[in-house]
Amino acid sequence: MTQFPATVAEPGQEGTLILNMGPQHPSTHGVLRLVVEIEGETIVRLRPEIGYLHTGIEKTCEAKFYQQVVPLTDRIDYLCPMTNNLAYCLAVERLLGLEIPPKAQWMRVLMNELTRINSHLVWLGSSAMDLGAMTVFLYCFREREDVLRFYEMVSGQRMMSSYFRIGGLALEPPLGFFEKVKKFADRFPGNVDEYEGLLTGNPIFTMRTKGVARLSAEDAIALGAGGPTLRASGVDIDLRRDAPYTGYENFKFKVPIRSEGDVFARYVCRVEELRESIGIVQQALAGMPEGPIKADAPKIVLPDREKMKTQMEALIYHFKIITEGFGVPAGEVYQAVESPRGEMGYYVVSDGTAKPYRVHMRGPSFANLQALAKMCEGGLIADVVAAIGSIDVILGDVDR
Amino acid sequence: MPLVPPITDIEQLKSHPALARLVEWNASVVKAVKFDREELTIWVEKDAIREACAILRDSADCPFNYLCDLTCVDWYPSEPRFEVVYHLLSIPHKERVRLKVRLDGSSPAIESVTSVWPSANFYEREVFDLFGVRFTGHPNLKRIMMPDDWEGHPLRKDYPVEGYR
Repeated sequence: MTQFPATVAEPGQEGTLILNMGPQHPSTHGVLRLVVEIEGETIVRLRPEIGYLHTGIEKTCEAKFYQQVVPLTDRIDYLCPMTNNLAYCLAVERLLGLEIPPKAQWMRVLMNELTRINSHLVWLGSSAMDLGAMTVFLYCFREREDVLRFYEMVSGQRMMSSYFRIGGLALEPPLGFFEKVKKFADRFPGNVDEYEGLLTGNPIFTMRTKGVARLSAEDAIALGAGGPTLRASGVDIDLRRDAPYTGYENFKFKVPIRSEGDVFARYVCRVEELRESIGIVQQALAGMPEGPIKADAPKIVLPDREKMKTQMEALIYHFKIITEGFGVPAGEVYQAVESPRGEMGYYVVSDGTAKPYRVHMRGPSFANLQALAKMCEGGLIADVVAAIGSIDVILGDVDR
Repeated sequence: MPLVPPITDIEQLKSHPALARLVEWNASVVKAVKFDREELTIWVEKDAIREACAILRDSADCPFNYLCDLTCVDWYPSEPRFEVVYHLLSIPHKERVRLKVRLDGSSPAIESVTSVWPSANFYEREVFDLFGVRFTGHPNLKRIMMPDDWEGHPLRKDYPVEGYR
């Protein structure tokens, strides 16, 4: 019989109490358990306990062919499946030395920014609801539904899309897709104004967020925080601009930076990112090139369905890829992309066979969660909810 | 981008700020280098890893102040079996470098870098949990993903993917 530590301790000599928050708690956004030591209402110590969602994806990857890993990556950070697809595909493409045609790259940028909007909308709705603003949640999910419909149009799936494949995209976007995205992109800035009208000047919201859960720039770097959490503390970094991948160098956008480092600053950064993302979507729609959506590499990329029915060669390649996979030259690559939560890095090691020797995912939520203790210690217990909401933690990404 | 053969000559790669700083500090800690697919890998002497990380973090002209990732690769059954991998990023200069340390399979242990970057805390716990590599000087070396009473280290190559243990 395993001895479990007592979750609620008797008040000690120092008068502190240990409080267990989660794993089943509506504001922990998943199965996150926090062990909080409190003195009155002030937090003395806070320790995240994780692993409740550990599914061993890294181990599973080692038993799959390279192309079979793509659907697994969707399930890591389930709010931004396309960002995961992108990071993994870019890593394998760099291992292979594969060139991706321009249309596939621009589609990747377009879908990636829609994914960012999707993820930020869920964050905005749920973290505002944690602080009592129910209406914002409903508004955000209304627009998120539009983005999920775009997912469904291109990939047939609303959430676990697996749309990006090694060497390009799974399918050509359907007729009428770009017009629908254009209509959404024209309407969306007005929707963001609507959310801001409900929150930015709202005295209840500002009192719950301004000056709460502060994190200095030095602490944010030392604790490995990323994305909007890092930028809200005044650190100027965005991988889309600093280390452009999949054609981001062709797009113009601003990187919102704040210096306060509190919950409100993170809110402002993310809302500004919503506006910048829709700007990138507009640019991608305006400049979308024509051409193929898959690389010219018949041994790696699956042939079109029509060719398989008429050409013997295409049928053979299809059979070989499905049954034997494709060999990837030995080597290793660390590909980092800017996910909505920070730096998402895929470290893929190849030993020359058709299965990855090791796939490691650097989850941005895993890193951000370490900064939570620093933000909360010394603050009030009621502010923990605001702090968890502000780092936008996704437990699938933490536990993998 | 098409593949080009990797460069393994230290002299050719000395212009990279991370390698330049390490060689300037103590050339004997650099065991090997490789520049492949636009990424620099430096194999560092096992006993010097914490100091090497501190030197790179405090480097004046290009401080590698951000620990992106810390993980491990198991090369079972060859020896030295484990490779602990550190990915560093310089936020001011946007440069990246990968440090690697080789460890024997018998009782793998290495000095913790939590004193250099507090963010290494969770990563080292993860490597300890899933690979069984011990980090000396770590403040709280406990399992992080698996239950506390779990036996074995799942990401080792001799741990089966499916079926019963």
